[in-house]
Amino acid sequence: MTGFVSFFRRLEGPQTVGRGPAFWSLFAIVLAIGLAYPLFSDGYTVGNTVYFFVWVFIALSLCLIWGYGGSLSFGQTAFFGIAGYGYGVLTLNFGAAYGFTLIAFVAAVAIAALFAVLLGYFMFFGRIAGVFLGIVTLAVTLMLERFMAQTAGPEWHIGSARLNGFNGMSAMPPLTIPWPGEPIVLFADVGLYYFVLGLLVFVYLALRILMNSSFGNVIVAIRENPERAEMLGYDVRKYQLITFVIGAALAGISGVLYTAWGQYITPSSMGMTAAALPLIWVAVGGRSDLTSTVVGTLVVLAAFQALTIYGSQYALVFMGVLLVLTVLIAPNGLVLGAMNWLGRLAARLTRRAS
Amino acid sequence: MSLLELRKLNKHFGGLHVTNAVDLTLEPGEIHCLIGPNGAGKSTLFRLILGEHHPGSGEIFFAGENITALKSFARIHRGLSVKFQVPGVFKGLSVRQNLEIALQSRHRGAELEAEISRLLGFLGLESEQAQMAGNLSHGQKQWLEIGMAISLRPRLLLLDEPTAGMSPEETHMTGEMVQHLNADGMTVLAIEHDMAFVRQVAQRVTVLHLGQVFAQGSIDEIVADERVAAIYLGQAHA
Ligand SMILES: Nc1ncnc2c1ncn2[C@@H]1O[C@H](COP(=O)(O)OP(=O)(O)OP(=O)(O)O)[C@@H](O)[C@H]1O
Ligand SMILES: [Mg+2]
Repeated sequence: MTGFVSFFRRLEGPQTVGRGPAFWSLFAIVLAIGLAYPLFSDGYTVGNTVYFFVWVFIALSLCLIWGYGGSLSFGQTAFFGIAGYGYGVLTLNFGAAYGFTLIAFVAAVAIAALFAVLLGYFMFFGRIAGVFLGIVTLAVTLMLERFMAQTAGPEWHIGSARLNGFNGMSAMPPLTIPWPGEPIVLFADVGLYYFVLGLLVFVYLALRILMNSSFGNVIVAIRENPERAEMLGYDVRKYQLITFVIGAALAGISGVLYTAWGQYITPSSMGMTAAALPLIWVAVGGRSDLTSTVVGTLVVLAAFQALTIYGSQYALVFMGVLLVLTVLIAPNGLVLGAMNWLGRLAARLTRRAS
Repeated sequence: MSLLELRKLNKHFGGLHVTNAVDLTLEPGEIHCLIGPNGAGKSTLFRLILGEHHPGSGEIFFAGENITALKSFARIHRGLSVKFQVPGVFKGLSVRQNLEIALQSRHRGAELEAEISRLLGFLGLESEQAQMAGNLSHGQKQWLEIGMAISLRPRLLLLDEPTAGMSPEETHMTGEMVQHLNADGMTVLAIEHDMAFVRQVAQRVTVLHLGQVFAQGSIDEIVADERVAAIYLGQAHA
Protein backbone atom coordinates (compact mmCIF):
# COMPACT_ATOMS: atom_id res chain seq x y z
CA MET A 1 0.00 0.00 0.00
CA THR A 2 2.75 2.50 0.92
CA GLY A 3 4.62 1.39 -2.16
CA PHE A 4 1.52 2.19 -4.16
CA VAL A 5 1.29 5.68 -2.68
CA SER A 6 4.98 6.46 -3.09
CA PHE A 7 4.69 5.33 -6.71
CA PHE A 8 2.19 8.09 -7.41
CA ARG A 9 4.10 10.61 -5.32
CA ARG A 10 6.70 10.40 -8.07
CA LEU A 11 4.32 12.33 -10.33
CA GLU A 12 6.06 15.29 -8.75
CA GLY A 13 9.74 15.74 -8.19
CA PRO A 14 12.91 17.60 -9.02
CA GLN A 15 12.96 16.40 -12.62
CA THR A 16 9.56 17.78 -13.60
CA VAL A 17 8.22 21.33 -13.42
CA GLY A 18 4.80 21.68 -11.85
CA ARG A 19 3.66 20.56 -8.43
CA GLY A 20 0.92 21.01 -5.90
CA PRO A 21 -2.81 21.69 -6.19
CA ALA A 22 -2.34 24.71 -8.47
CA PHE A 23 -0.51 22.71 -11.14
CA TRP A 24 -2.81 19.69 -11.00
CA SER A 25 -5.94 21.87 -11.09
CA LEU A 26 -4.58 23.48 -14.23
CA PHE A 27 -3.79 20.03 -15.59
CA ALA A 28 -7.39 18.91 -14.90
CA ILE A 29 -8.82 22.01 -16.60
CA VAL A 30 -6.65 21.53 -19.68
CA LEU A 31 -7.60 17.87 -19.80
CA ALA A 32 -11.31 18.72 -19.46
CA ILE A 33 -11.02 21.20 -22.33
CA GLY A 34 -9.22 18.53 -24.36
CA LEU A 35 -12.01 16.03 -23.65
CA ALA A 36 -14.81 18.47 -24.45
CA TYR A 37 -13.15 19.94 -27.55
CA PRO A 38 -14.62 17.51 -30.16
CA LEU A 39 -18.12 18.45 -28.98
CA PHE A 40 -17.54 22.02 -30.14
CA SER A 41 -15.69 21.31 -33.33
CA ASP A 42 -16.11 19.52 -36.66
CA GLY A 43 -14.58 16.19 -37.61
CA TYR A 44 -12.03 17.69 -39.98
CA THR A 45 -10.60 20.11 -37.41
CA VAL A 46 -10.52 17.38 -34.80
CA GLY A 47 -8.65 15.13 -37.21
CA ASN A 48 -6.17 17.94 -37.78
CA THR A 49 -5.66 18.30 -34.04
CA VAL A 50 -4.91 14.58 -33.78
CA TYR A 51 -2.13 15.22 -36.28
CA PHE A 52 -0.52 17.63 -33.76
CA PHE A 53 -0.88 15.14 -30.92
CA VAL A 54 0.76 12.44 -33.02
CA TRP A 55 4.04 14.35 -33.05
CA VAL A 56 4.18 14.89 -29.31
CA PHE A 57 5.42 11.33 -28.71
CA ILE A 58 8.52 11.79 -30.86
CA ALA A 59 9.11 15.13 -29.15
CA LEU A 60 8.93 13.37 -25.77
CA SER A 61 11.40 10.78 -27.03
CA LEU A 62 13.89 13.53 -27.77
CA CYS A 63 13.13 15.20 -24.44
CA LEU A 64 14.04 11.93 -22.72
CA ILE A 65 17.22 11.13 -24.65
CA TRP A 66 18.54 14.64 -25.18
CA GLY A 67 16.98 16.83 -22.50
CA TYR A 68 17.24 14.39 -19.59
CA GLY A 69 19.94 12.04 -20.86
CA GLY A 70 22.19 14.59 -22.51
CA SER A 71 22.74 12.59 -25.72
CA LEU A 72 21.66 14.47 -28.83
CA SER A 73 20.10 11.94 -31.21
CA PHE A 74 19.18 12.88 -34.77
CA GLY A 75 17.89 9.37 -35.22
CA GLN A 76 14.41 9.57 -33.73
CA THR A 77 12.85 9.81 -37.19
CA ALA A 78 14.51 6.53 -38.09
CA PHE A 79 12.51 4.80 -35.36
CA PHE A 80 9.46 6.78 -36.46
CA GLY A 81 9.91 5.45 -40.00
CA ILE A 82 10.66 1.88 -38.99
CA ALA A 83 7.52 1.68 -36.86
CA GLY A 84 5.44 3.44 -39.51
CA TYR A 85 6.57 1.08 -42.25
CA GLY A 86 6.27 -1.82 -39.84
CA TYR A 87 2.64 -1.01 -39.18
CA GLY A 88 2.01 -0.65 -42.92
CA VAL A 89 3.64 -3.95 -43.85
CA LEU A 90 1.90 -5.88 -41.07
CA THR A 91 -1.59 -4.52 -41.64
CA LEU A 92 -1.41 -4.67 -45.44
CA ASN A 93 -0.51 -8.33 -45.10
CA PHE A 94 -2.80 -9.40 -42.30
CA GLY A 95 -5.66 -6.92 -42.44
CA ALA A 96 -7.61 -5.34 -39.60
CA ALA A 97 -9.82 -8.18 -38.38
CA TYR A 98 -9.71 -9.57 -34.80
CA GLY A 99 -8.04 -6.39 -33.52
CA PHE A 100 -4.93 -7.12 -35.54
CA THR A 101 -4.17 -3.42 -36.10
CA LEU A 102 -3.60 -3.07 -32.35
CA ILE A 103 -1.26 -6.05 -32.39
CA ALA A 104 0.49 -4.50 -35.39
CA PHE A 105 0.78 -1.25 -33.39
CA VAL A 106 2.57 -2.99 -30.55
CA ALA A 107 4.66 -5.14 -32.89
CA ALA A 108 5.78 -2.16 -35.00
CA VAL A 109 6.83 -0.24 -31.88
CA ALA A 110 8.64 -3.36 -30.66
CA ILE A 111 10.52 -3.62 -33.97
CA ALA A 112 11.66 0.01 -33.65
CA ALA A 113 12.74 -0.69 -30.06
CA LEU A 114 14.63 -3.80 -31.12
CA PHE A 115 16.44 -1.82 -33.78
CA ALA A 116 17.34 0.71 -31.05
CA VAL A 117 18.75 -2.11 -28.92
CA LEU A 118 21.13 -3.07 -31.74
CA LEU A 119 22.12 0.47 -32.70
CA GLY A 120 22.29 1.62 -29.08
CA TYR A 121 24.41 -1.34 -28.03
CA PHE A 122 26.89 -0.54 -30.78
CA MET A 123 26.99 3.15 -29.84
CA PHE A 124 26.93 3.13 -26.06
CA PHE A 125 29.00 0.04 -25.46
CA GLY A 126 31.41 1.40 -28.09
CA ARG A 127 31.48 4.57 -25.94
CA ILE A 128 30.36 6.80 -28.79
CA ALA A 129 29.21 10.07 -27.26
CA GLY A 130 28.68 13.77 -27.88
CA VAL A 131 28.91 14.99 -31.47
CA PHE A 132 29.70 11.51 -32.77
CA LEU A 133 26.45 10.18 -31.42
CA GLY A 134 24.62 12.86 -33.39
CA ILE A 135 26.56 12.01 -36.54
CA VAL A 136 25.98 8.26 -36.29
CA THR A 137 22.25 8.61 -35.61
CA LEU A 138 21.83 11.13 -38.44
CA ALA A 139 23.72 8.86 -40.84
CA VAL A 140 21.48 5.93 -39.94
CA THR A 141 18.36 8.03 -40.52
CA LEU A 142 19.49 9.32 -43.90
CA MET A 143 20.64 5.86 -44.97
CA LEU A 144 17.20 4.46 -44.17
CA GLU A 145 15.55 7.28 -46.12
CA ARG A 146 17.77 6.64 -49.18
CA PHE A 147 17.19 2.95 -48.94
CA MET A 148 13.42 3.23 -48.79
CA ALA A 149 13.41 5.81 -51.58
CA GLN A 150 14.94 3.33 -54.04
CA THR A 151 12.42 0.55 -53.39
CA ALA A 152 10.16 1.61 -56.27
CA GLY A 153 10.35 -1.61 -58.32
CA PRO A 154 7.84 -4.45 -57.94
CA GLU A 155 10.65 -6.65 -56.61
CA TRP A 156 10.56 -4.58 -53.39
CA HIS A 157 7.75 -6.02 -51.38
CA ILE A 158 7.25 -7.77 -48.07
CA GLY A 159 4.49 -10.32 -48.50
CA SER A 160 1.73 -8.52 -50.34
CA ALA A 161 2.88 -5.04 -49.21
CA ARG A 162 4.71 -3.08 -51.92
CA LEU A 163 7.24 -0.57 -50.53
CA ASN A 164 6.77 1.82 -53.51
CA GLY A 165 10.05 3.75 -53.20
CA PHE A 166 9.80 7.49 -53.02
CA ASN A 167 6.01 7.51 -53.15
CA GLY A 168 5.78 5.42 -50.04
CA MET A 169 3.13 3.02 -48.84
CA SER A 170 -0.52 3.84 -48.59
CA ALA A 171 -3.99 2.41 -48.02
CA MET A 172 -3.13 0.51 -44.87
CA PRO A 173 -6.15 0.10 -42.57
CA PRO A 174 -6.66 2.60 -39.74
CA LEU A 175 -6.50 1.42 -36.13
CA THR A 176 -9.51 -0.74 -35.46
CA ILE A 177 -10.81 -1.77 -32.05
CA PRO A 178 -12.65 -5.11 -32.08
CA TRP A 179 -16.14 -4.75 -30.67
CA PRO A 180 -19.04 -7.21 -30.41
CA GLY A 181 -21.21 -6.56 -33.44
CA GLU A 182 -19.40 -3.77 -35.25
CA PRO A 183 -15.61 -3.14 -34.85
CA ILE A 184 -14.80 0.49 -34.09
CA VAL A 185 -12.66 1.95 -36.90
CA LEU A 186 -10.57 4.90 -35.72
CA PHE A 187 -10.61 7.18 -38.74
CA ALA A 188 -8.81 10.48 -38.42
CA ASP A 189 -11.54 12.22 -36.46
CA VAL A 190 -13.20 11.95 -33.06
CA GLY A 191 -12.53 8.26 -32.44
CA LEU A 192 -8.80 8.51 -33.09
CA TYR A 193 -8.73 11.80 -31.19
CA TYR A 194 -9.82 10.19 -27.93
CA PHE A 195 -7.56 7.20 -28.47
CA VAL A 196 -4.48 9.38 -29.03
CA LEU A 197 -5.38 11.83 -26.25
CA GLY A 198 -5.75 8.94 -23.82
CA LEU A 199 -2.41 7.49 -24.88
CA LEU A 200 -0.76 10.89 -24.59
CA VAL A 201 -2.00 11.49 -21.04
CA PHE A 202 -0.92 7.99 -20.06
CA VAL A 203 2.57 8.38 -21.55
CA TYR A 204 3.02 11.86 -20.07
CA LEU A 205 2.13 10.73 -16.55
CA ALA A 206 4.17 7.53 -16.86
CA LEU A 207 7.21 9.51 -17.96
CA ARG A 208 6.78 11.90 -15.04
CA ILE A 209 6.85 8.94 -12.67
CA LEU A 210 9.83 7.40 -14.47
CA MET A 211 11.89 10.58 -14.47
CA ASN A 212 11.28 11.26 -10.77
CA SER A 213 12.23 7.70 -9.85
CA SER A 214 15.72 6.54 -8.96
CA PHE A 215 16.13 5.57 -12.63
CA GLY A 216 15.45 9.19 -13.66
CA ASN A 217 17.97 10.35 -11.06
CA VAL A 218 20.67 8.26 -12.70
CA ILE A 219 19.73 9.53 -16.17
CA VAL A 220 20.17 13.18 -15.22
CA ALA A 221 23.30 12.31 -13.24
CA ILE A 222 24.80 10.87 -16.43
CA ARG A 223 23.87 14.06 -18.28
CA GLU A 224 25.58 16.17 -15.62
CA ASN A 225 28.71 14.07 -15.23
CA PRO A 226 28.97 10.54 -16.65
CA GLU A 227 32.31 9.89 -14.95
CA ARG A 228 30.93 10.69 -11.51
CA ALA A 229 27.84 8.56 -12.20
CA GLU A 230 30.05 5.60 -13.09
CA MET A 231 32.12 6.20 -9.94
CA LEU A 232 28.94 5.88 -7.88
CA GLY A 233 28.67 2.36 -9.24
CA TYR A 234 26.21 2.91 -12.10
CA ASP A 235 26.82 1.11 -15.38
CA VAL A 236 26.40 4.23 -17.49
CA ARG A 237 26.21 2.34 -20.79
CA LYS A 238 23.29 0.24 -19.57
CA TYR A 239 21.28 3.25 -18.43
CA GLN A 240 21.98 5.09 -21.68
CA LEU A 241 20.88 2.08 -23.69
CA ILE A 242 17.63 1.67 -21.76
CA THR A 243 16.83 5.37 -22.19
CA PHE A 244 17.61 5.16 -25.89
CA VAL A 245 15.30 2.17 -26.32
CA ILE A 246 12.44 3.82 -24.43
CA GLY A 247 12.96 6.90 -26.62
CA ALA A 248 12.89 4.75 -29.76
CA ALA A 249 9.62 3.18 -28.66
CA LEU A 250 8.09 6.64 -28.13
CA ALA A 251 9.25 7.76 -31.59
CA GLY A 252 7.81 4.50 -32.90
CA ILE A 253 4.43 5.34 -31.34
CA SER A 254 4.47 8.59 -33.32
CA GLY A 255 5.36 6.65 -36.47
CA VAL A 256 2.49 4.17 -36.11
CA LEU A 257 -0.05 6.85 -35.21
CA TYR A 258 1.07 9.00 -38.14
CA THR A 259 0.75 6.08 -40.54
CA ALA A 260 -2.62 5.02 -39.17
CA TRP A 261 -3.85 8.63 -39.15
CA GLY A 262 -3.10 9.46 -42.78
CA GLN A 263 -3.00 5.87 -44.05
CA TYR A 264 0.33 6.51 -45.72
CA ILE A 265 4.05 6.69 -44.92
CA THR A 266 6.86 7.91 -47.19
CA PRO A 267 10.67 7.85 -46.98
CA SER A 268 10.74 11.64 -46.57
CA SER A 269 9.31 11.10 -43.08
CA MET A 270 12.88 10.05 -42.27
CA GLY A 271 14.61 12.83 -44.25
CA MET A 272 16.68 15.76 -43.13
CA THR A 273 13.77 18.16 -42.58
CA ALA A 274 11.78 15.56 -40.70
CA ALA A 275 14.80 14.85 -38.49
CA ALA A 276 15.40 18.54 -37.75
CA LEU A 277 11.86 19.63 -36.87
CA PRO A 278 11.45 17.67 -33.60
CA LEU A 279 14.75 19.14 -32.42
CA ILE A 280 13.32 22.62 -32.91
CA TRP A 281 10.05 21.89 -31.10
CA VAL A 282 11.88 20.41 -28.15
CA ALA A 283 14.56 23.08 -28.00
CA VAL A 284 12.01 25.89 -28.20
CA GLY A 285 9.72 24.33 -25.60
CA GLY A 286 12.35 23.27 -23.09
CA ARG A 287 14.13 19.98 -23.63
CA SER A 288 14.78 19.20 -19.99
CA ASP A 289 11.14 19.17 -18.93
CA LEU A 290 8.27 16.98 -20.07
CA THR A 291 5.51 19.58 -19.71
CA SER A 292 7.50 22.24 -21.54
CA THR A 293 8.16 19.78 -24.34
CA VAL A 294 4.47 18.91 -24.75
CA VAL A 295 3.29 22.53 -24.63
CA GLY A 296 6.14 23.81 -26.81
CA THR A 297 5.59 21.14 -29.46
CA LEU A 298 1.85 21.82 -29.73
CA VAL A 299 2.30 25.60 -29.84
CA VAL A 300 5.09 25.52 -32.43
CA LEU A 301 3.23 22.99 -34.59
CA ALA A 302 0.07 25.13 -34.54
CA ALA A 303 2.06 28.26 -35.40
CA PHE A 304 3.88 26.37 -38.16
CA GLN A 305 0.63 25.23 -39.70
CA ALA A 306 -0.92 28.69 -39.47
CA LEU A 307 2.08 30.10 -41.34
CA THR A 308 2.10 27.34 -43.95
CA ILE A 309 -1.04 28.95 -45.37
CA TYR A 310 1.27 31.72 -46.58
CA GLY A 311 3.77 29.22 -48.00
CA SER A 312 5.83 26.52 -46.36
CA GLN A 313 9.13 28.29 -47.09
CA TYR A 314 8.13 31.13 -44.72
CA ALA A 315 7.11 28.64 -42.09
CA LEU A 316 10.54 26.99 -42.23
CA VAL A 317 12.28 30.35 -42.02
CA PHE A 318 10.09 31.15 -39.03
CA MET A 319 11.19 27.92 -37.35
CA GLY A 320 14.83 28.88 -37.91
CA VAL A 321 14.27 32.33 -36.44
CA LEU A 322 12.45 30.82 -33.49
CA LEU A 323 15.36 28.50 -32.80
CA VAL A 324 17.89 31.34 -32.92
CA LEU A 325 15.72 33.45 -30.62
CA THR A 326 15.44 30.59 -28.17
CA VAL A 327 19.18 30.09 -28.07
CA LEU A 328 19.68 33.81 -27.48
CA ILE A 329 16.86 34.57 -25.01
CA ALA A 330 16.11 31.34 -23.16
CA PRO A 331 18.67 28.62 -23.98
CA ASN A 332 16.75 26.14 -21.84
CA GLY A 333 13.54 26.72 -23.80
CA LEU A 334 10.94 29.47 -24.06
CA VAL A 335 8.11 27.55 -22.41
CA LEU A 336 10.32 26.30 -19.60
CA GLY A 337 11.67 29.82 -19.08
CA ALA A 338 8.14 31.22 -18.94
CA MET A 339 6.96 28.50 -16.53
CA ASN A 340 9.90 29.09 -14.20
CA TRP A 341 9.21 32.83 -14.31
CA LEU A 342 5.54 32.25 -13.48
CA GLY A 343 6.55 29.94 -10.64
CA ARG A 344 8.80 32.60 -9.15
CA LEU A 345 6.10 35.23 -9.58
CA ALA A 346 3.54 33.05 -7.83
CA ALA A 347 5.96 32.36 -4.99
CA ARG A 348 6.60 36.08 -4.55
CA LEU A 349 2.88 36.89 -4.56
CA THR A 350 2.02 34.24 -1.98
CA ARG A 351 4.87 35.45 0.21
CA ARG A 352 3.58 39.01 0.01
CA ALA A 353 0.03 37.91 0.72
CA SER A 354 1.01 36.04 3.88
CA MET B 1 45.74 -10.15 3.36
CA SER B 2 46.41 -6.66 2.02
CA LEU B 3 43.42 -4.65 0.80
CA LEU B 4 44.99 -3.15 -2.29
CA GLU B 5 48.06 -4.36 -4.09
CA LEU B 6 49.53 -2.73 -7.17
CA ARG B 7 52.10 -4.85 -8.99
CA LYS B 8 54.50 -3.23 -11.46
CA LEU B 9 51.93 -0.83 -12.90
CA ASN B 10 53.11 0.84 -16.10
CA LYS B 11 51.25 3.54 -17.99
CA HIS B 12 52.43 5.56 -20.96
CA PHE B 13 50.79 8.61 -22.50
CA GLY B 14 52.52 8.67 -25.86
CA GLY B 15 56.21 9.00 -25.03
CA LEU B 16 55.51 10.00 -21.43
CA HIS B 17 56.07 7.24 -18.88
CA VAL B 18 53.52 8.41 -16.31
CA THR B 19 53.66 5.49 -13.92
CA ASN B 20 56.77 3.40 -13.98
CA ALA B 21 56.59 -0.07 -12.45
CA VAL B 22 54.66 1.18 -9.43
CA ASP B 23 54.34 -1.29 -6.54
CA LEU B 24 52.12 -0.26 -3.68
CA THR B 25 50.44 -2.25 -0.93
CA LEU B 26 47.73 -0.98 1.40
CA GLU B 27 46.88 -2.82 4.61
CA PRO B 28 43.24 -2.90 5.74
CA GLY B 29 42.47 -0.07 8.14
CA GLU B 30 45.38 2.22 7.37
CA ILE B 31 45.40 5.85 6.30
CA HIS B 32 47.98 6.15 3.59
CA CYS B 33 49.04 9.42 1.97
CA LEU B 34 50.46 9.71 -1.51
CA ILE B 35 52.56 12.79 -2.06
CA GLY B 36 54.84 14.03 -4.80
CA PRO B 37 55.50 17.08 -6.99
CA ASN B 38 53.04 18.24 -9.64
CA GLY B 39 52.89 15.87 -12.58
CA ALA B 40 54.38 12.97 -10.60
CA GLY B 41 51.57 10.69 -11.78
CA LYS B 42 49.49 10.57 -8.59
CA SER B 43 46.10 11.24 -10.17
CA THR B 44 46.94 8.88 -13.01
CA LEU B 45 47.63 6.16 -10.47
CA PHE B 46 44.13 6.72 -9.03
CA ARG B 47 42.62 6.43 -12.49
CA LEU B 48 44.44 3.15 -12.99
CA ILE B 49 43.12 1.82 -9.68
CA LEU B 50 39.60 2.91 -10.68
CA GLY B 51 39.73 1.48 -14.18
CA GLU B 52 39.39 4.81 -15.98
CA HIS B 53 42.81 4.19 -17.49
CA HIS B 54 44.19 0.76 -18.23
CA PRO B 55 47.80 -0.06 -17.46
CA GLY B 56 50.13 -1.02 -20.29
CA SER B 57 51.39 -3.76 -17.97
CA GLY B 58 51.05 -4.76 -14.34
CA GLU B 59 48.22 -5.96 -12.15
CA ILE B 60 45.83 -4.61 -9.55
CA PHE B 61 44.53 -6.77 -6.71
CA PHE B 62 41.70 -5.71 -4.40
CA ALA B 63 40.99 -7.85 -1.36
CA GLY B 64 42.81 -10.71 -3.04
CA GLU B 65 40.90 -10.46 -6.33
CA ASN B 66 42.58 -9.47 -9.58
CA ILE B 67 40.50 -6.48 -10.71
CA THR B 68 42.81 -5.32 -13.53
CA ALA B 69 40.26 -6.12 -16.24
CA LEU B 70 37.11 -5.00 -14.39
CA LYS B 71 35.01 -2.02 -15.52
CA SER B 72 34.95 1.00 -13.23
CA PHE B 73 31.41 0.51 -11.92
CA ALA B 74 32.22 -3.11 -11.07
CA ARG B 75 35.25 -1.97 -9.04
CA ILE B 76 32.97 0.44 -7.18
CA HIS B 77 30.70 -2.52 -6.37
CA ARG B 78 33.71 -4.35 -4.92
CA GLY B 79 34.17 -1.53 -2.38
CA LEU B 80 36.17 1.28 -3.97
CA SER B 81 35.07 4.91 -3.95
CA VAL B 82 36.69 8.18 -4.97
CA LYS B 83 36.71 11.93 -4.64
CA PHE B 84 38.40 13.40 -7.69
CA GLN B 85 40.96 16.20 -7.78
CA VAL B 86 38.55 18.45 -9.71
CA PRO B 87 35.23 18.15 -7.83
CA GLY B 88 32.89 16.07 -9.97
CA VAL B 89 29.56 16.98 -8.39
CA PHE B 90 26.40 17.10 -10.50
CA LYS B 91 26.44 20.86 -11.00
CA GLY B 92 22.93 21.34 -12.38
CA LEU B 93 21.26 19.32 -9.60
CA SER B 94 20.53 20.34 -6.03
CA VAL B 95 22.88 19.39 -3.21
CA ARG B 96 20.18 17.15 -1.80
CA GLN B 97 19.69 15.36 -5.12
CA ASN B 98 23.43 14.84 -5.45
CA LEU B 99 23.39 12.94 -2.18
CA GLU B 100 20.20 11.10 -3.08
CA ILE B 101 21.82 9.78 -6.26
CA ALA B 102 24.78 8.57 -4.25
CA LEU B 103 22.63 6.95 -1.54
CA GLN B 104 19.65 5.56 -3.47
CA SER B 105 21.22 2.22 -4.35
CA ARG B 106 21.65 1.40 -0.65
CA HIS B 107 18.55 2.99 0.87
CA ARG B 108 14.89 3.51 -0.05
CA GLY B 109 11.89 5.55 1.06
CA ALA B 110 11.91 7.08 4.54
CA GLU B 111 15.25 5.46 5.33
CA LEU B 112 16.75 7.24 2.30
CA GLU B 113 15.37 10.60 3.46
CA ALA B 114 16.78 10.06 6.93
CA GLU B 115 20.17 9.09 5.54
CA ILE B 116 20.30 12.18 3.31
CA SER B 117 19.48 14.43 6.28
CA ARG B 118 22.09 12.72 8.43
CA LEU B 119 24.75 13.19 5.75
CA LEU B 120 23.76 16.83 5.15
CA GLY B 121 24.29 17.42 8.85
CA PHE B 122 27.59 15.56 8.87
CA LEU B 123 28.84 17.68 5.95
CA GLY B 124 27.42 20.93 7.35
CA LEU B 125 25.48 21.52 4.15
CA GLU B 126 21.92 21.58 5.59
CA SER B 127 21.24 25.18 4.67
CA GLU B 128 22.61 24.63 1.16
CA GLN B 129 20.55 21.50 0.42
CA ALA B 130 18.24 23.20 -2.08
CA GLN B 131 21.09 25.01 -3.87
CA MET B 132 22.42 23.88 -7.22
CA ALA B 133 25.68 22.08 -6.51
CA GLY B 134 27.35 24.24 -9.15
CA ASN B 135 26.73 27.33 -6.97
CA LEU B 136 28.65 26.00 -3.96
CA SER B 137 32.07 27.35 -3.00
CA HIS B 138 35.03 25.21 -4.02
CA GLY B 139 35.47 23.94 -0.48
CA GLN B 140 31.78 23.03 -0.18
CA LYS B 141 31.95 21.15 -3.48
CA GLN B 142 34.87 19.19 -2.07
CA TRP B 143 32.82 18.33 1.01
CA LEU B 144 29.83 17.37 -1.06
CA GLU B 145 31.87 15.06 -3.24
CA ILE B 146 33.50 13.49 -0.21
CA GLY B 147 29.98 12.98 1.13
CA MET B 148 28.94 11.26 -2.07
CA ALA B 149 32.04 9.08 -2.02
CA ILE B 150 31.50 7.92 1.57
CA SER B 151 27.79 7.30 0.90
CA LEU B 152 28.82 4.08 -0.77
CA ARG B 153 30.38 2.85 2.52
CA PRO B 154 33.54 1.84 0.64
CA ARG B 155 36.20 -0.45 2.02
CA LEU B 156 38.80 1.76 0.38
CA LEU B 157 38.26 5.49 0.00
CA LEU B 158 40.45 7.32 -2.53
CA LEU B 159 40.78 11.07 -1.95
CA ASP B 160 42.56 13.19 -4.54
CA GLU B 161 43.56 16.49 -2.88
CA PRO B 162 40.55 16.62 -0.54
CA THR B 163 41.57 19.88 1.13
CA ALA B 164 42.46 21.97 -1.94
CA GLY B 165 40.75 25.35 -1.61
CA MET B 166 40.01 24.91 2.10
CA SER B 167 41.07 27.19 4.94
CA PRO B 168 43.40 25.72 7.61
CA GLU B 169 40.39 25.21 9.90
CA GLU B 170 38.44 23.44 7.19
CA THR B 171 41.47 21.33 6.36
CA HIS B 172 41.73 20.30 9.99
CA MET B 173 38.04 19.39 10.06
CA THR B 174 38.48 17.29 6.93
CA GLY B 175 41.35 15.52 8.66
CA GLU B 176 39.16 14.77 11.65
CA MET B 177 36.46 13.47 9.36
CA VAL B 178 38.93 11.13 7.66
CA GLN B 179 40.10 9.86 11.06
CA HIS B 180 36.50 9.38 12.12
CA LEU B 181 35.77 7.30 9.00
CA ASN B 182 38.96 5.35 9.53
CA ALA B 183 37.96 4.56 13.10
CA ASP B 184 34.83 2.99 11.62
CA GLY B 185 37.02 0.66 9.61
CA MET B 186 37.46 2.51 6.32
CA THR B 187 40.86 2.30 4.65
CA VAL B 188 41.91 5.60 3.12
CA LEU B 189 44.40 6.49 0.38
CA ALA B 190 44.76 10.26 0.05
CA ILE B 191 46.75 12.37 -2.39
CA GLU B 192 47.60 15.62 -0.66
CA HIS B 193 49.98 18.56 -1.02
CA ASP B 194 49.02 20.06 2.32
CA MET B 195 51.65 18.74 4.74
CA ALA B 196 49.65 19.77 7.81
CA PHE B 197 46.91 17.41 6.66
CA VAL B 198 49.39 14.64 5.91
CA ARG B 199 50.91 15.06 9.38
CA GLN B 200 47.47 15.00 10.97
CA VAL B 201 46.20 11.78 9.39
CA ALA B 202 48.89 9.72 7.63
CA GLN B 203 50.03 6.47 9.18
CA ARG B 204 52.21 5.78 6.19
CA VAL B 205 53.39 7.98 3.32
CA THR B 206 54.48 7.11 -0.20
CA VAL B 207 56.34 9.62 -2.34
CA LEU B 208 55.81 9.40 -6.07
CA HIS B 209 58.30 11.15 -8.35
CA LEU B 210 58.43 10.99 -12.15
CA GLY B 211 56.06 8.05 -12.09
CA GLN B 212 58.14 5.98 -9.67
CA VAL B 213 57.84 5.14 -5.99
CA PHE B 214 60.60 7.35 -4.64
CA ALA B 215 60.31 6.79 -0.93
CA GLN B 216 58.02 5.21 1.61
CA GLY B 217 57.70 5.35 5.38
CA SER B 218 56.22 7.21 8.31
CA ILE B 219 55.71 10.95 7.99
CA ASP B 220 58.73 11.62 10.20
CA GLU B 221 60.97 9.41 8.08
CA ILE B 222 59.77 11.12 4.90
CA VAL B 223 60.27 14.62 6.28
CA ALA B 224 63.75 13.70 7.45
CA ASP B 225 64.67 12.29 4.03
CA GLU B 226 66.93 14.80 2.26
CA ARG B 227 66.33 13.21 -1.15
CA VAL B 228 62.61 13.92 -0.78
CA ALA B 229 63.28 17.52 0.18
CA ALA B 230 65.53 17.79 -2.88
CA ILE B 231 62.86 16.80 -5.38
CA TYR B 232 60.46 19.36 -3.94
CA LEU B 233 63.18 22.03 -3.93
CA GLY B 234 64.15 21.04 -7.45
CA GLN B 235 60.62 21.70 -8.50
CA ALA B 236 60.55 25.02 -6.72
CA HIS B 237 63.62 26.09 -8.71
CA ALA B 238 62.24 24.87 -12.03
N1 LIG C 1 44.95 11.84 -20.29
C1 LIG C 1 46.23 12.25 -20.38
N2 LIG C 1 46.86 12.31 -21.58
C2 LIG C 1 48.14 12.70 -21.68
N3 LIG C 1 48.89 13.06 -20.65
C3 LIG C 1 48.34 13.03 -19.42
C4 LIG C 1 46.98 12.64 -19.22
N4 LIG C 1 46.69 12.71 -17.90
C5 LIG C 1 47.83 13.13 -17.30
N5 LIG C 1 48.82 13.33 -18.20
C6 LIG C 1 50.19 13.74 -17.89
O1 LIG C 1 50.72 12.78 -17.03
C7 LIG C 1 51.51 13.40 -16.03
C8 LIG C 1 51.03 13.00 -14.67
O2 LIG C 1 49.74 13.60 -14.46
P1 LIG C 1 48.95 13.42 -13.11
O3 LIG C 1 47.68 14.18 -13.25
O4 LIG C 1 48.86 11.99 -12.79
O5 LIG C 1 49.89 14.15 -12.07
P2 LIG C 1 49.66 14.45 -10.53
O6 LIG C 1 50.76 13.79 -9.79
O7 LIG C 1 48.30 14.14 -10.12
O8 LIG C 1 49.90 16.03 -10.50
P3 LIG C 1 49.16 17.17 -9.65
O9 LIG C 1 49.79 17.21 -8.30
O10 LIG C 1 49.46 18.44 -10.41
O11 LIG C 1 47.71 16.87 -9.63
C9 LIG C 1 51.47 14.89 -16.31
O12 LIG C 1 52.62 15.23 -17.04
C10 LIG C 1 50.24 15.05 -17.14
O13 LIG C 1 50.40 16.14 -18.03
MG1 LIG D 1 46.68 15.18 -9.59
